[in-house]
Amino acid sequence: MIHRMNPITAAAAMFLVLIAVVALLGEYVAPHDPYKQNLLSRLTGPVWTEGGSSEFWLGTDRLGRDLLSRLIVGLQMSVGVALLGTMIGALVGTVVGFVSGHFEGWVDNILMTIVDIQLSLPFILIALTLLAFFGNSMALFILLMGMYGWETYARLARGLVLSAKRQAYSVAIVSLGATSGRLYGRHILPNIASALIVQLTLTIPAIILLETALSFLGLGIQPPDASLGQILGEGRDYLGSAWWIAVFPGLAIFCITLSVGVVGDALRDRFDPTLKARRN
Amino acid sequence: MIVSTQAPLLHWDRLSVPLPTGADRPHAVENLSLDLRQNEVLCLVGESGSGKSVSAMATMGLLKGEMSQTSGAIRFAGQDLTKLSPDARRQLTGSKLSMVFQEPIASLNPFYTAGAQVSETIRTHSDQPAAAIREKVLSLFEEVHLPNPEQIFRAYPHELSGGQCQRVMIASALALDPAVLIADEPTTALDVTTQAQILSLILALRDNHNTGILFITHDFGVVSEIADRVAVMRKGQLVEVGPREQILTNPQHDYTKALLAAVPKLAPRAARPVQGKPILEVNSVSKTYRTGSFLRKAGREVKAVVDANIHIHGGETLGVVGESGSGKTTLSQCIIRMVEPTSGQVQIAGKDFLSLKGKELRKARQRVQIIFQDPYTSLDPRQKVGDAIAEGPLIHGTDMREATKISHELIEAVGLETAAADRYPHEFSGGQRQRICIARALALQPDLLIADESVSALDVSVQAQILDLLADIQTQRGFAMLFVTHDLRVASQICDRICVMQRGQIVETGAPDQLFANAKEPYTRALLAAVPGANRVFG
Repeated sequence: MIHRMNPITAAAAMFLVLIAVVALLGEYVAPHDPYKQNLLSRLTGPVWTEGGSSEFWLGTDRLGRDLLSRLIVGLQMSVGVALLGTMIGALVGTVVGFVSGHFEGWVDNILMTIVDIQLSLPFILIALTLLAFFGNSMALFILLMGMYGWETYARLARGLVLSAKRQAYSVAIVSLGATSGRLYGRHILPNIASALIVQLTLTIPAIILLETALSFLGLGIQPPDASLGQILGEGRDYLGSAWWIAVFPGLAIFCITLSVGVVGDALRDRFDPTLKARRN
Repeated sequence: MIVSTQAPLLHWDRLSVPLPTGADRPHAVENLSLDLRQNEVLCLVGESGSGKSVSAMATMGLLKGEMSQTSGAIRFAGQDLTKLSPDARRQLTGSKLSMVFQEPIASLNPFYTAGAQVSETIRTHSDQPAAAIREKVLSLFEEVHLPNPEQIFRAYPHELSGGQCQRVMIASALALDPAVLIADEPTTALDVTTQAQILSLILALRDNHNTGILFITHDFGVVSEIADRVAVMRKGQLVEVGPREQILTNPQHDYTKALLAAVPKLAPRAARPVQGKPILEVNSVSKTYRTGSFLRKAGREVKAVVDANIHIHGGETLGVVGESGSGKTTLSQCIIRMVEPTSGQVQIAGKDFLSLKGKELRKARQRVQIIFQDPYTSLDPRQKVGDAIAEGPLIHGTDMREATKISHELIEAVGLETAAADRYPHEFSGGQRQRICIARALALQPDLLIADESVSALDVSVQAQILDLLADIQTQRGFAMLFVTHDLRVASQICDRICVMQRGQIVETGAPDQLFANAKEPYTRALLAAVPGANRVFG
């Protein structure tokens, strides 16, 4: 499969693997303790700049913490929250979509009205309101990430289920005497999974960006924990004097979302049989 | 046929069309040499994949990508079309070669009225004033026997029937008075009575306009109605060409003989004797669809099935025939409860099938199985063939080993290798998939098998094999069969009794020999008269 990949897709995929490994290992690969303050070497520049130190490759922040180590644990947090949030959203949305597609009628109408309501409100508004009411906690934050994007899965899964259950093979399987669970679990889900997986690659970057935005506003991950968005937010005040604090997490976010997007496109092409001819 | 002494209108000279690399053969069309003369209908026949449509597309310059790299020549008006630049080709052939496609409704743009679309064809090739163009279009509509040309002119494609759309397409193809008309299966998607009308229209065109018509079809009945000459293709090669009578009565090539032998005979047979109580009893079943909504209570009522009564004994086959929209599929769906009937009773093996719910219904479903028309969509693409066949027994509590055994036995019984069990549906041809569907349906040993247009999508030779297979297995196992079809030839061959449906009602029922010899209903007689090549015995 690799040899047929175009080089950009391959690079993006490899980058994502690297990110995943680093995020998984977290503190173990960090060169310094990411939480240890060292006021003497605060705001040291990256190693290649004037005044940089070979001890801190990407420099230090306002409390003298090693930026690279902070980025690594921040990455762990951001990727973890994004994956967990995506999974919750995908699961809830897909289940809602299946329920809607199975029952149709008034059940479908009610569920899809809820979906439409959420789609018509800017999500950041919903997030800010909930955070204002319930205060900030890690559990609520992850739940919020899960609430983001479920409606897209619900809509997508509903449409796919409605069309799949009218296919002759579904009718044949029902007429064999299969239960609905068997029809949906063993036949329809495997057939529509590819579309849902592609949707995952669209939601992950969106959730990373949402996490970034909320943390940047100080409503997300709270210090001393770090996330990419939170480090970026901290760097905001030092853009003039210590640009690296904001630039590196920004660059990381940019590269991750771009890579997930590129890999997602490749997956979509791969799953879409109508594009097969063009590929060959 | 009026024999023309002129040079051929269109001449294919060793035309070859390559297939993209990775296809099952190097050429879609190989060394095709053929003439089309003025004032003749040349029928190009062959099974799917024989290259007949590709030849037509090459002639029209519609091929794309690797397939457009043709070799050989297509001569028209003294020039080789394949050597011309796209612009020069368009100028030369734009108004002289026309094509009509199989799907009339899909060939029209839903956004514009029928009149506007035909007018546009004329406008792009002439600078006549709008009023003159309109007059011309109306006269074309009249020529293709469209009722109320004025009204059709203003109608959108969705407001027209399939037959009317095809007439509009033919009018559009004739708008520029072409020298050559290529018709690619123009009647395949139409009902037989509509088909008969379109065929006579095409013959009239030949006579009135001296048009050379290349008519692509897979149906020898159609060939016998309209062809002056017949060309038979197989796997991209021309196997035989000659006058109609010669090809139909005295074919030289073995493939032509085999094709003709596979055409279902219109040989109505007598009903086989039956015993005991019927397996299926349908009493006064009706299905009414109501349109209308929350805001608009008073909607329209569509009576898909009206008061249907049928019964079938074990080992017996009942045919349900009718044109599209006659309710034959709805009736079969009511019987398997994919559609809930509005009223009536369905009894299968003495049990009231309609009152069953939940677990009882799922259990009872094994008594009736169905085989669909399209073998490409009726198998789960991600399930191995062996698992698909074993699924029914597994659902009803058979253990894995026994189910696998049943599945392997059935794969052999329907004429496939047991190795097929480990492969996916897409690795099989249409006919093979239909065999797999039959095996899946039989795995539950049903009392009633419903075949809903199960052979309509298959080539004639494959169709003949599947019909034989169904008849054999029925003799062995003794199930009752409900055979839904639009094809009277097939019905006459396989059915013990046939019921004819029209607008949701069963208008007449009888054994094929009686029904074909003296049908009581005018509608049945019209249907029988419209069967192409009804008076001819093929093969």
